Amino acid sequence: MSRLNGPVRFRGSGFAPRDNAWASAGTLLGLVALWQIGASAGLIKSLFLPPPAAICAALWHLAVSGELWRHVSASLIRLGWGWLSGSLFGIGMGLAVGLWSAFRSPGMAVVAALFPIPKIALVPLFIIWFGIGEGSKIATLAFGVFFPTVIATAGGVDNVPRGLIRMGQSFGLSTWTIVRTIVLPGSLPAILSGFRVTSSIAIVLLVAAEMIGAEQGIGAFVLSAGNLYDTDNLLAGIVVLSLLGLIVAWTIGRLERALLEWR
Amino acid sequence: MTGLRLTLDGVCHAYRDLTVLDGIDLTAEPGEVTVLVGPSGCGKSTLLGIMGGMLKQSAGSVVVEGDIAADCLNPLTYVFQDFSLLPWRSVAGNIELVLGRCPDRVARIAEVLALTGLTEFAGAWPRQLSGGMRQRVGIARALAVRPACLLMDEPLSALDAQTRDLLLDEFSSIIARAGTTTIYVTHNLSEAVRLGQQIVVLSRRPGRVREIVRIDRPLAGRRARDPDLLAIEERLWRTIRDDAAAAERERIDVPA
Repeated sequence: MSRLNGPVRFRGSGFAPRDNAWASAGTLLGLVALWQIGASAGLIKSLFLPPPAAICAALWHLAVSGELWRHVSASLIRLGWGWLSGSLFGIGMGLAVGLWSAFRSPGMAVVAALFPIPKIALVPLFIIWFGIGEGSKIATLAFGVFFPTVIATAGGVDNVPRGLIRMGQSFGLSTWTIVRTIVLPGSLPAILSGFRVTSSIAIVLLVAAEMIGAEQGIGAFVLSAGNLYDTDNLLAGIVVLSLLGLIVAWTIGRLERALLEWR
Repeated sequence: MTGLRLTLDGVCHAYRDLTVLDGIDLTAEPGEVTVLVGPSGCGKSTLLGIMGGMLKQSAGSVVVEGDIAADCLNPLTYVFQDFSLLPWRSVAGNIELVLGRCPDRVARIAEVLALTGLTEFAGAWPRQLSGGMRQRVGIARALAVRPACLLMDEPLSALDAQTRDLLLDEFSSIIARAGTTTIYVTHNLSEAVRLGQQIVVLSRRPGRVREIVRIDRPLAGRRARDPDLLAIEERLWRTIRDDAAAAERERIDVPA
């Protein structure tokens, strides 16, 4: 037999991770500082990995010359249209799959068959269908964004408590009102989580699409710099893409905070 | 007396091979509170679902008759056990949802919030409310459509005993004032005798009407621990217990 004598030990800590913006920024800046120190000390050869200072200089040069904005604006337009159209069609299809039997099995069969296809492999086909211009690039992005959006939305609809839908029916609300006021807001957390995934997929596909038959855009710029072994500009382009990813993730985070205030 | 009359004739219901309700004959009179009691799984909530048109019976008929007031937006209105409030809408927003384009919706919201003591919480999120307050929102939402018949599915079962007792008093005064036909499902016999004017005891599955007890006392005068009500409660309990014992005897007598 043992004896207890003393204050009760607190055992309820942990399992409650919190966001810390300073820790995020500090980690990134710390890594960049280490990289710069390594390069300045001669531990990292600039031929293999240019130092952050050289990348910043390249970025500054690109910004001053106006070249940066020319590429970024072309990419942003493609990203905007591609992601928006893929998301809108995806949400529509996801709602249909989640709500109506007529769409459920056929829709999920199409998604299961087409989602795993590498979208890059379809770029030549899109060029034949939509031409070498903007159409094929936007279609590549939209196609890549569409399927994960369908899956996220349909999953979100499935997770809306059926009791809430029955409540709406019991009060005689129309199908459209139930979809608008119960199903859509209820599946919004899943749709916004899907946005996080699809925005990253869209950036990856943007670069890939711009590497095939584009003169402007971050992807085209990175490809051109790579072909010339201009590693400063190559990494400057990659930094821009990384910043784009950060801005998109931050925007979605703000959107979540604004739209899901009720949670 | 206002409200609707609901007449059930030979209502049966089965989930595939499992018969849940068998030949239910019952009439809920206008303006009266009919309470459905019985052991767990006897089909009380299923019967309520059929009465409210949310479930389709396998056989039999449910007929509703009576005059509907011009301002009634939803004649048969539910109050749910789990409150069924939309977490992304405020208290007032939850009530507004069921009023649609009703021209006097602002006045109605204010009226039912005052009636249920929630005026100060009109802008609160459901997550900010206690269980009892959430159910009051459920009641306010139901009353806002000026129902001709209230269908209440164990509305107090998710609450603690103290809140339940307080809300029970509120329910009986609200129901008495509104004068609507009310069908109230509960497994709690003291709730049944406090609210019921007609108490329908269902047998174990498949649910059949085992007994109908009438209490012809106004709701307003009923108090907890009233000796007459306690006697009725004891009688109801005996009926349910005897039924359970008989079912158990049958189970043992039937060889496996």
